[in-house]
Amino acid sequence: MELESQLQQYLAENILFSENGFEYSNDTSLVHDGLIDSTGVLELMLYVESTFGIKVDPLEVTPENFDSVNKLASYIRRKKGGLDSRSRR
Amino acid sequence: MGWIQGAADEDDAADSSVGRPNGEVMLIQDFLETSAERLPDKLALVCGGQRLTYAEIELQANRLANALVELGVKRGDRVVIYQNVSVETVVGIFAILKTGAVFVIVNRTTKREKLNHIIGNCGAVGLLTDGEAVAHVLAPTDGGEGDTLKFLVVSSERGSKTSRPSLRLLAYDAIQEAFPASRPTRVAIDLDLACLIYTSGSTGDPKGVMCDHSNVVFVTDSVIEYLQNNEDDVVLSVLPLSYSYGLYQLFMVFRFGGSLALESSFAYPASILQRMQEERVTGFPGVPTIFSVLLHIDLGGFDLSSLRYITNAAAALPPSHIQELRRKFPQATLYSMYGLTETKRTLYLPPEQLDSRPGSVGIAIPGTEVWLEDEQGFRLGPNQIGELVVRGRHVMRGYWGDPEATAARFRPGPMPGERVCYSGDLFRMDEEGYMYFVGRRDDIIKIGGEKVSPKEVENVLYGLAGVVEAAVVGVPDPILGQAIKAVVVVQNPEISKTRILAHCRAHLEDFMIPKYVEFRDQLPKTSSGKIIKREFA
Repeated sequence: MELESQLQQYLAENILFSENGFEYSNDTSLVHDGLIDSTGVLELMLYVESTFGIKVDPLEVTPENFDSVNKLASYIRRKKGGLDSRSRR
Repeated sequence: MGWIQGAADEDDAADSSVGRPNGEVMLIQDFLETSAERLPDKLALVCGGQRLTYAEIELQANRLANALVELGVKRGDRVVIYQNVSVETVVGIFAILKTGAVFVIVNRTTKREKLNHIIGNCGAVGLLTDGEAVAHVLAPTDGGEGDTLKFLVVSSERGSKTSRPSLRLLAYDAIQEAFPASRPTRVAIDLDLACLIYTSGSTGDPKGVMCDHSNVVFVTDSVIEYLQNNEDDVVLSVLPLSYSYGLYQLFMVFRFGGSLALESSFAYPASILQRMQEERVTGFPGVPTIFSVLLHIDLGGFDLSSLRYITNAAAALPPSHIQELRRKFPQATLYSMYGLTETKRTLYLPPEQLDSRPGSVGIAIPGTEVWLEDEQGFRLGPNQIGELVVRGRHVMRGYWGDPEATAARFRPGPMPGERVCYSGDLFRMDEEGYMYFVGRRDDIIKIGGEKVSPKEVENVLYGLAGVVEAAVVGVPDPILGQAIKAVVVVQNPEISKTRILAHCRAHLEDFMIPKYVEFRDQLPKTSSGKIIKREFA
């Protein structure tokens, strides 16, 4: 399954409890638009670690890396590709 | 209080009476007005990408207050604020107070039914909100009996159409352009109500704790005294303004003339740490879940040397976390505290006691007293367990429109005519008078510091067609302290866990959604038909 669809499905089933799938755009801000709260971000982080076999540095849990399906997908791709994805300014 | 005298010694202009006519009592808006006169160009607020001085906030608040007066807001009226953490929220609080009215902050994550329940419960005349909420959250029905809402002030244009044509609708930006920046006439005294803070109660419906100006002014100064705040303090808060712990960060900072950085959540810890470094933050209030995340982060890349103090409230920190926090922030003083909305803050542990009594939340805050009572009302000595009773001017005025609940919580005290607060929390006291939290007398669940009434969740579960019986309990959770477990009996097997959770998500804030759902054929009951919850936990 495409990475984006996989993330959509996880969010819909485990965080949004939606029976109609993920009804938002892949660029929708997860926190600002109220889809998830800070506990949800924590759950998402644990999910990414366990499902994709990557170690998420808590410092990488930033809006740039986590706050939409598209951002999270590209973060996961970068991590799997072994690139340094730390985004701190 | 000591800090005021100390400041006045150095600079007469720091006298706290600046800004108030002679003989006037202090009201909460004096925190802003005094600082705006004394320190007009000082940075007061960093929020949502904006940086505002005291003078700028004062002018915006005056303009909004004049608009509210024009909209018909009168002394004692309730006005609800329902928007994200923003400059408009801070301005809204002071503007409402300047009219003599009472502000009620409802967290923007609160769902439709609860928001509309609160609007109805307090008989709000107006709502400060955003366009999205007007379009999707506000009840669309118009003008029924008991509908008191007359106007909306909308802070963003997006979707700001209402299906309630009788409501007057003004845009925040237009108000700032059109209304005068002069201070409206002062109408309240310090016995007038300043705010209602809604809190979960064991009956399921949230109750509005009535706080008058004198309550808030007193407890603000008491907390400032033991934290030893001064003008150089920069506080960063990620706590919601709908909770007293978050709201008082604003009150305290504006009272002592410091700077406040407001963030909407701790969802992205690295961004918060970055902000702490940039703003040279000196004070950071948190709750155990925030600190447990911080303990997992390598802080090596951040310069947090400005941090002078950390406070913890809402739930106790495990002693091991206290030790680790002190190792991680060696330059910062850690304050363990305890409170309840009904008295705001109640206890604090003087930091020098942290080593000898890490499990204690301390003693009564300055200017107040506490004791323990057994169920017969007898005062208890050391090493006995009893209910914490609180006496002082921070004991709030009761619950809005609920004399019965008020009488149960706020009972006659030792002096004729006074009331003390029965906290509902059980404590043990050591030989030197330091308090240790033992547990609650009711069945309220604490999720990462947020109070959840099992009844409120059960009521929502019963609202799903096909749920026959429901019981909600707290079970231990390594991160959040407790997690919610729902045990349900359903009429037909089509009601899946997903269906139940989707229903909960539509009606409850995220932290109230059960983590575990268990299906049973029937629930165990007493002979009188009461569900026995003991065995679910």
